[in-house]
Amino acid sequence: MDHEGSSSASVAQLCREIVARHADREGALLPILQDLQAALGYVPAGAVPEIARALNLTRAEVHGALSFYHDFRSAPAGRRVVKLCQAEACQARGGRRVTAALERRLGVELGATSADGAVTLEPVYCLGLCASGPAALVEGRPVARLAEDRLEPLLAEGMP
Amino acid sequence: MIRVFVPGDTAAVAVGADEVAVALTATARGRGLGLELVRTGSRGAFELEPLVEVETATGRIGYARVAAEQVPALVAAGMFEGRPGHPAWIGRPEDLAFFRGQTRLTFARCGIVDPVSVEAYRAAGGWRGLAAALSLGPQGVVDAIKASGLRGRGGAGFPAGIKWATVAAASAPRKFVICNADEGDSGTFADRMLMEGDPFLLIEGMVLAGFATGAEKGYLYIRSEYPLAVRAMQRAIDAAYAAGLLGADVAGAGIRFDLEVRVGAGAYVCGEETALLESIEGKRGQVRAKPPLPAHQGLFGAPTLINNVLTLAAVPFILAEGAKAYADYGMGRSRGTMPIQLAGDIRHGGLFETAFGVTLGQLIDEIGGGTLSGRPVRAAQVGGPLGAYFPRALFDTPFDYEAFAARGGLIGHGGVVVFNDTVDLLQQARFALEFCAVESCGKCTPCRLGSTRGVEVVDRIAAGQRREANLALLQDLCETMKLGSLCALGGFTPYPVMSALTHFPEDFSPARRPEPAE
Repeated sequence: MDHEGSSSASVAQLCREIVARHADREGALLPILQDLQAALGYVPAGAVPEIARALNLTRAEVHGALSFYHDFRSAPAGRRVVKLCQAEACQARGGRRVTAALERRLGVELGATSADGAVTLEPVYCLGLCASGPAALVEGRPVARLAEDRLEPLLAEGMP
Repeated sequence: MIRVFVPGDTAAVAVGADEVAVALTATARGRGLGLELVRTGSRGAFELEPLVEVETATGRIGYARVAAEQVPALVAAGMFEGRPGHPAWIGRPEDLAFFRGQTRLTFARCGIVDPVSVEAYRAAGGWRGLAAALSLGPQGVVDAIKASGLRGRGGAGFPAGIKWATVAAASAPRKFVICNADEGDSGTFADRMLMEGDPFLLIEGMVLAGFATGAEKGYLYIRSEYPLAVRAMQRAIDAAYAAGLLGADVAGAGIRFDLEVRVGAGAYVCGEETALLESIEGKRGQVRAKPPLPAHQGLFGAPTLINNVLTLAAVPFILAEGAKAYADYGMGRSRGTMPIQLAGDIRHGGLFETAFGVTLGQLIDEIGGGTLSGRPVRAAQVGGPLGAYFPRALFDTPFDYEAFAARGGLIGHGGVVVFNDTVDLLQQARFALEFCAVESCGKCTPCRLGSTRGVEVVDRIAAGQRREANLALLQDLCETMKLGSLCALGGFTPYPVMSALTHFPEDFSPARRPEPAE
């Protein structure tokens, strides 16, 4: 799917630039996809044939890698991405309650984006904050010692 | 000049350390004081974070759980002189029982030195391992690793010296050293802490591995869930290149070693070594059948040494102090120290490096101080999501590869997750299978299908449907996954499931449902 600001011509151009950046690397597919996602927020379907051609891979090989890894998105996320840890150590520190409270507060379920596109709530399995949990990454920034009544670090500033 | 240390470790940043650093700088400026602020790693007692330390004539004095808002008052109360009196004052951190009880060989510098400074690392004893290696020669290094008894710290516990010798003996136009920093196990953070707090130690360990095996290129594969570790390692690698400690002529010794960071993309299975190789090659992270072993045909088909962060980080000590100095610690066939990670519902959680042999009960009740919640301990999961749940009856098990295996468990990467009496072990068993289903690479049937079928069977047991028949089916399924899976993901998922069933059968009984978990 195409989105504003990522027409097929501009995607092709961006792909060429990013591929060139990694020209001297072996096995460069993942770093290329990561750079593309960092630039656009997702990896558009139109990038697959471009990258395949540039790396002399089949489209199936590129699509196969792209669809294997949890990090890659095929569509843009919400304006803010909150990754909430669901793994055992956070469970043992009240993680399930924090997840439920946050879902209620934001009106969005784990794995989904709110209807207004403000926030995407995603599960993550361990941030290495296992003695400080429940923990989360908010736009790549770690936060810990969350609780049902301490969700503020997960909410956008000015949110009720 | 006042010197203040504020951790930049993820566990400190996550509870406000960056804001504290800003407040310290602003307060010092407001008072017209010269301040040198060093962002260290964490010492590993996470309940104390953000732990601010001030250099004084009597050593570094700590102030625990400092909030940015408190900083002006703390400074007014004499923080910059290390004056006691404020409730946040804890004296010298190394005098706390949690640190006094440790034997820090690998984590000796973590939380103390400036992790971006090559010079700070050298001043604290860094690069002595490389100097020793150059006089021993490659074969001498391999012999030292063998003699130290060091075993792979990633989980499998395979003797490191044998792996090193295999790659060293392989003849090929090129070889690789890979550091597996895909630390995906819940309850573990030692790799992350080391990369953020003492990255040059890992670089030195990798250089030594390259020297011993004849590899001139290293890859460091770090999971994307660790953005600060990626940044810390990249900074350290850049600094090491600038100082001539990586590149075409390492330390002027005529050795080439290049090091590149690769970032994972959210697949737990890529912590499995062959899936990790596929991932660096730019493919789906699917497990390879063995043989061939990576030591013979690994990355891009070349002989490859692949070790965990903690394995490689143990190497500089072994070379600098001698294999015997390392092997003198430990018990049985588990030699040296293990950075144990205390996590979950525990009062004094964090990193506790100690010689093998300490019991699980000592770790949880004495060192860890029991639960943070104050509720009774009911279970501990040791070794990550693929590790067994141990009941209190097994808390006399010593931390040792063989002792845990003999009791149907594993120590894995050294994580201990404590659960209180509200835990529902049926729900935990279900989670283990669900996690396996989410993370399965799909290559082998027992793991790909067994995990999903397992979740369904547990749900039927929970609903009270044909309980006896479904319990038998679950055990049969676990047996199939254990024996029939290609790698540890499918092969070890039965550990949490079967241990839950064996040690906590009441949670699977018709009268179950004490309360929902937590």
